Amino acid sequence: MKVLRFNRKQLCIPYVVFLVFFVIAPLFVIIFYAFTNGQGQFTFDNFVNFFVSSNTLGTLLYSFALAIVTTLVCLFISYPTAYILARSNLKKKYVLLLLFILPMWINFTLRITALKEILSVIEGNISAYPFLNSVIGMTYDFLPFMILPLYNSLSKLDKSLIEAASDLGANRFTVFLRVTLPLSVPGIISGVTMVLLPSMTNYVVLDMLYNSTYIMGSLIGSYFSAYDWNNGSLISLILLVIIFFVTLITNRFSDKDSENRGAVI
Amino acid sequence: MIKLKKILATAFAVLSACIFLLPITACGGNAETVVLRVCSWEEYIDLGDWDEEDRIEIDNPFATDGENGVFGVNPIVEDFIEWFNDNHDYKVTVEYSTFGTNEDLYNRLSLGDVYDLVCPSDYMLMKLIAEDNYVSYSDEFWDLENKNNYYANYVSRYIDGENEGVFNNPEYNWHKKAACYMWGTTGLVYNPDKIDAADVSSWDLLLNDKYKRQVTIKDNVRDAYFATLGIINKENLTDAEIDAKTRSNILNATDPATIAKAQETLKSIKENVYSFETDSGKSDMVTGKVLANYQWSGDAVAIMDNAESDKISPTELWYSVPDECTNLWFDGWLMLKTGIDGNNQKQTAAEAFVNFLSRPDNAIRNMNYIGYSSAIADQTVFDYMEYNYGITLDHTDEEYFDESITDVYKYNLDYLFGEGHSLYIDANVLDFNAENLIPEFEKLGLEDYGNETIYKVYSGAEINRGRQLFAQYPPQNVINRSVIMLDFGEKLSEINQMWINVRCLDLMDISPVTTGIVFAVVAVLAIAICLYIFRYRLFIKNKPKTGFEKV
Repeated sequence: MKVLRFNRKQLCIPYVVFLVFFVIAPLFVIIFYAFTNGQGQFTFDNFVNFFVSSNTLGTLLYSFALAIVTTLVCLFISYPTAYILARSNLKKKYVLLLLFILPMWINFTLRITALKEILSVIEGNISAYPFLNSVIGMTYDFLPFMILPLYNSLSKLDKSLIEAASDLGANRFTVFLRVTLPLSVPGIISGVTMVLLPSMTNYVVLDMLYNSTYIMGSLIGSYFSAYDWNNGSLISLILLVIIFFVTLITNRFSDKDSENRGAVI
Repeated sequence: MIKLKKILATAFAVLSACIFLLPITACGGNAETVVLRVCSWEEYIDLGDWDEEDRIEIDNPFATDGENGVFGVNPIVEDFIEWFNDNHDYKVTVEYSTFGTNEDLYNRLSLGDVYDLVCPSDYMLMKLIAEDNYVSYSDEFWDLENKNNYYANYVSRYIDGENEGVFNNPEYNWHKKAACYMWGTTGLVYNPDKIDAADVSSWDLLLNDKYKRQVTIKDNVRDAYFATLGIINKENLTDAEIDAKTRSNILNATDPATIAKAQETLKSIKENVYSFETDSGKSDMVTGKVLANYQWSGDAVAIMDNAESDKISPTELWYSVPDECTNLWFDGWLMLKTGIDGNNQKQTAAEAFVNFLSRPDNAIRNMNYIGYSSAIADQTVFDYMEYNYGITLDHTDEEYFDESITDVYKYNLDYLFGEGHSLYIDANVLDFNAENLIPEFEKLGLEDYGNETIYKVYSGAEINRGRQLFAQYPPQNVINRSVIMLDFGEKLSEINQMWINVRCLDLMDISPVTTGIVFAVVAVLAIAICLYIFRYRLFIKNKPKTGFEKV
């Protein structure tokens, strides 16, 4: 009986097929549409229009503002939480961690609907605070994505480094600032990436919390619903470039693997 | 380039066809079976499985099960397949799929999805007809002698009559190209305890700062634009002298000046309304989060029903059609050229499908399920309306009128059901106190009929529910101020750009100081990050070698 044998290259085939059909081919379609007009002629008009229109730039700014504020809020909530969870000797700390992760198991539209009701009770007419509500909604939605990587990097932290720093006379604040914080940078970076990028486009949260201002995701949608594939594709492409650069910058921080280098340089 | 686009589209089509046809070819095999691919709105057809208490107890001359009344056992699609296969020498199966918006359907068609029969709204019908992607209904379909041609026999003359119907208007030219399924108006559902009837009788409720952030509007450029034009042209539209043609022109204006004006108005609306809602309006209205909601008539019926049955305050909501105008809309069945492709058996099946849905008892089943009004208007449907709204005929003897009638209101439905089908409602009859009822009739915009002699009077016992009746079957006076909104055509991109301008944050609207500060902060952050990344290269001469930790 002939035994089926695959070499390593052959095992890659399913992934390559997936990559070609669902990643590379669509990318080319987007690029094709982004630089053509409705008649299929090559043009830079879409590109120029994006950067001269005060509305699209305003949307870019609004999305960035929303995403950055959300990320900062997430970070300020998550870091102490993850720090306490990682450092404590609580027997039940996995239960506590689970409580933070648990909401992720529930469909997020359901969670946002519940949040909407809670906010209505607290604020009264919730349509009066669209930006605030969007930040709260996104924070609620993305918090686990920030806590998990932070918890991971903080719990892997070598305790002996902290002890050494204390032995050498550093007070608790200095230990945190010079040892713990630098060592947790990879966690912060991956948390920030996981929150910042999706919160620039997650317009469902805005829709559900009555924020009528467009962000990048809704702008793309509105072009597509008017059969304008070209402008929609261009904005997707610009978003892609932005994401590319954000990832590039964050990689500069995390790639060097500061854990090995030692924090106290 | 166009060629390349076509190749892309074809590639998509071939791919999706491969994926979807595999199981069909695998298990089909019977060459005699015609597959009818139908695409319609979500939740737009009865699925059967009714409870016995839902049986509609009216005379049903079309009943096939020998029992009286209208009752849904199986999904209508299954009933159709059975009915068709019993009456034809070849078999049919139906692939029924749904779409969420007209644009969604159009995008799917342009990506290469193929359907035989679709049910988009009026303007999308126009667009598809203008693109020549349709097959006209055959002459057999319009043969009134054939009793199985339910559509031709029972469709309301007002909608698709041979000469006088709306579908025959040369401007739309849908007659024999499309067959109407459901129709309705647009208006405002509101809570009468919190909003004055006078305020809600105009579209400028959306701008009324008395109700700041308490009214929702649809997140849909066509509906928003229509209401905005109603506000801008309020004076012209409420002029008693205005004729239908002028009204239609005003509300279909797409010249740059109008668009610019609409943009400014919509920006103010955006600041004043609760939100642009995609789906939340219905529940927010029922739970009382908002006081009024821009709605389509069928959904308005559903909202009012829910508000009553859920017993959450406010329980009694009303539907108002503003005095300026209302958008008269139709959803119609269109056979697509790309799907039918000259196949006569398929066309017969598609026409039979439309006819089956148009059989009055099936039309009633669908109406009962989805809440919209069917284009079918025969005596059975009229009976259903009476049954559904608990309107009972009280007096037919003329003596009665001579003596006591003083406050009769005419609910004019002659236009839809034909002569003699208006409702005459006597406010003095039965349980209700006329003093309470008369203002309510006036809220509905009914004509005071004085004390002329008439032949039918309906009791006011259940007329409180006329609120829903008013939404589902608008009387003649509402129809008089209705306008069909045409496809934007070439102007679509301009209007969409206007919509985007309204919805986006405009940098020009922010003060230069704020903009400056924000950009300065971003710039400083960017520079700081760059400096941090390149700190070794820039400042530290003896930078650590990479990989030094291994040394």
